[in-house]
Amino acid sequence: MERGPAGSIRVNGQSYDRPFPPERILLDLLREDFNLTGTKRGCDLGTCGCCTVWIDGVPTLSCLTLAALAEGHTITTVEGLSSPSELHAVQRAFVERGATQCGFCTPGFIMTAAALLRDQPHPSREEITKAISGNLCRCTGYSKIIEAIEVAAAGTG
Amino acid sequence: MATTSPPGFRLLGGRIPYIEGPLKVSGRAEYTDDIKRPGMLFGGLLRSPWAHARLRSIDVRAARAMPGVFAVLTGERYPTPFGVLPMTHDETAIAVGKARYVGDILAAVAASDEVTAEQALRAIRVDAEILPEYADPKVGVLPVKEPIHARGLAGTNIQKEVVQHFGDVDAALRLAAHTVRVRGIFPGVTHAFTEPLVTIAEATPDGRLTVWSATQVPHYLHRSLSEVLGIPMHRIRVIKPEVGGGFGGKSDPLPHEIVCAALAIETGRPVKLRVDREDVFLTNHGRHPTQNDVTIATDPDGHILAYDIDALIEGGAWSSFGTVTTYYNGVLSMGPYKVPNFRYRGRRVYTNKPPSGAMRAHGGTNIRYSVEVALDELAEKIGIDPFELRRRNALPPGSTTINEFRITSTSFLRCLEAAREKSGWEGKFRKQPFGRGVGLGCGFYISGSNSPIHFTPKMPQSTVHLKVDMDGGIAVHSMQADIGQGSNTLLAAIVAEVLGVDLERVHVVRVDSDVSPIDLGSYSSRVTFMMGNAARLAAEDLRNKLLEAASHLVGHPVEQLVVGHERIEVRHRPEIGTSFLEALHAAMEHTGALTATGAYSSPPMGGTFKGARAGTAPAYSFAAYVAEVEVDAETGEFHVETVWAAFDCGRPLNRLAVEGQIEGSIHMGLGQLMGETMSYRGTRLMNPSLLEYKIPAPQQMPRVECLLVGEDDPEGPFGAKEAGEGPLVATLPAVANALYDAVGVRFATLPITPDRVVKGIEERRRSGRAWKGA
Repeated sequence: MERGPAGSIRVNGQSYDRPFPPERILLDLLREDFNLTGTKRGCDLGTCGCCTVWIDGVPTLSCLTLAALAEGHTITTVEGLSSPSELHAVQRAFVERGATQCGFCTPGFIMTAAALLRDQPHPSREEITKAISGNLCRCTGYSKIIEAIEVAAAGTG
Repeated sequence: MATTSPPGFRLLGGRIPYIEGPLKVSGRAEYTDDIKRPGMLFGGLLRSPWAHARLRSIDVRAARAMPGVFAVLTGERYPTPFGVLPMTHDETAIAVGKARYVGDILAAVAASDEVTAEQALRAIRVDAEILPEYADPKVGVLPVKEPIHARGLAGTNIQKEVVQHFGDVDAALRLAAHTVRVRGIFPGVTHAFTEPLVTIAEATPDGRLTVWSATQVPHYLHRSLSEVLGIPMHRIRVIKPEVGGGFGGKSDPLPHEIVCAALAIETGRPVKLRVDREDVFLTNHGRHPTQNDVTIATDPDGHILAYDIDALIEGGAWSSFGTVTTYYNGVLSMGPYKVPNFRYRGRRVYTNKPPSGAMRAHGGTNIRYSVEVALDELAEKIGIDPFELRRRNALPPGSTTINEFRITSTSFLRCLEAAREKSGWEGKFRKQPFGRGVGLGCGFYISGSNSPIHFTPKMPQSTVHLKVDMDGGIAVHSMQADIGQGSNTLLAAIVAEVLGVDLERVHVVRVDSDVSPIDLGSYSSRVTFMMGNAARLAAEDLRNKLLEAASHLVGHPVEQLVVGHERIEVRHRPEIGTSFLEALHAAMEHTGALTATGAYSSPPMGGTFKGARAGTAPAYSFAAYVAEVEVDAETGEFHVETVWAAFDCGRPLNRLAVEGQIEGSIHMGLGQLMGETMSYRGTRLMNPSLLEYKIPAPQQMPRVECLLVGEDDPEGPFGAKEAGEGPLVATLPAVANALYDAVGVRFATLPITPDRVVKGIEERRRSGRAWKGA
């Protein structure tokens, strides 16, 4: 993937050119410096998937990523997925199908699912299950999350 | 939005998407850690490295002198004990005199940032005398050298002992034709909610304290803050932002919440205190590790004659909800069955480990497992179908149990019928090849505790305020706590349903003790029942005011008017009427804003003996689940393919939410059954992370078929009962009994791991007992 100029980072379509300490974690950069609090901190160990964002379109655990590694790359967070007036198809399906209960894991699932459907518009149930296996949800038992991703894929939401 | 509401309803009974859904999917829902305050400091906690130690001195001078450190606190500053139950206040915000488990809070700091806070904590010197540590409750039932708490029973570590005897169990056992005895052993499990614990507090120069916290019971937090900090409740404001799951783990007032407020008072600055995942595990308050001995006796036909139960329950370092737990392990064992003779001894014992507390289906999960496994064994012994055994013993509606629980509605028989029919039980039970099986497990749970934890002053258990402005927007205020289960959505839907307005008109105001009237929050599966009734009464109060005004507008008496969609009209003559807004404006002519209130208190119930109130509830849920499993006899791995979950929650008010609760409960139940374990070496927790404490992955989830067969409850709002906790308990025994059907091995101990399955199959083969020809 092509990199932008050194010292710059592109977040949700906006370019920023600001220095940050080399030990800054991407999750902290997004939440604390950019106030993009949609990306959640669940475990700090890369086990729960709540902090999933895209780096150049690839779902990545921001709690395990040094911000410096994102320098020159394009970051997309859950806030950048939808336009102000319209939710992404995956987001709509999550609402309609009750795939979000407490909602804390939801942004991570949304980022994982949206990337899946972008790359593979008609995944099988097994492929969906495999794709989300890096995200933990304690409320839903995953049933309605899988259903919502199927609905979004079918475009019937 | 909602679809397929039953006749007579526009919203309720359909599938109502959660009203916060759009905010949650777009990352815009605000959780506590998303909040920043100007000038905010960060708190840090020094946790005990010792399981049991006498604190001789704590030297905080170096920490206090560090640049960027604003305050350092130790236990003596706020020594007032607290706890969720008024009779067992045995915690302090910060340890006083003794550390009682690895993770106990010894000191706290507030600093400009978390790194500075961490450095300050390292500069604190603690001089402690190591005391004997107690990891085993079996040791703690006897007098010990150094009891963990002075309040332990007669020099032991026993926190609570409950002894109950109804009828004559010894006589019943002598008469019994069949008896089964099960010793169940259950390690602890924990909630594993995804949002870690976090609190923000801010003390302002007007003498007020504001606290934002990830809590499921804002009211008890409010009380505890007041008690420990010595500030009247009306000068404390508790705000509950969105909460990322609780399952009981955010229901105790927790020490870090009080410490955070104390740091804010000390510094005069806002303070955020985040508890990281490892410390969330140490804070625990999860399901009690338990050993229970259960004897069930029946007559020749399988009618239950007696239960005889002894439960040894491990409490960890604090009491928490433990007194309730100790009662629940007995009294929640009986329903959904008639038990004419009942004897129970339960002992909850302190250990030097993270505290146990309330976790989803609190006090009802482990004992239910043992009972249902014992019943499966009894059915086999007697030679009748497990469904038939349950059917013969079902509590009828309108009955009273031997310990004086009032059973109003029960659709347990319908649950049994639905689960049997939909699962194809007849063609499967004991008829499938080795390795494949079906099992039945049943359930019973309280729909709201009849005894509010705080009963003085006497006050309603739930209150809902409505305020309508000229524009027709309805603001709903209540301290009920939505932690993801959908109670805000239900609250809005009930108001919209009664008033005939669109859901979009209704705005549920975030829980804020400055404006939210008291509701006791999210525990004991009380919200739908209690808040639902309060919401209905509030909305009816408002509706009556609108009907009165409409009566003048349309010239028909109130008795002839009905609520239509956004309209009030004459019954059977819908063309005559007035719009909701016109009626509203007419009603407001002399009052300005229009307000209404509804409150709910459960009716008097229960016996007069000691402990009679424990487990009494205005209604109970019932369940019958069938699980179908496939076992790989070589590796011992098994997959639960389908769960047919027949559940009686009375009338389901939001099917989407009820299904969500059932599916989530099955996930949590399977976790405990298949492997989740708080794993200790001595007193040390060995797996305090989501990597090592594994909750089930999507691949492990079965297909779930929700069968909502309940009939209306006479006192529930629109006939509804709980669906938050009851759906968990039947899961575990259904799977265990299915494993028995599959491979002929009984499992009384959890979790059921593949190595134990292999071992069980081998033992059975070695003893020459073939199962299904294998």
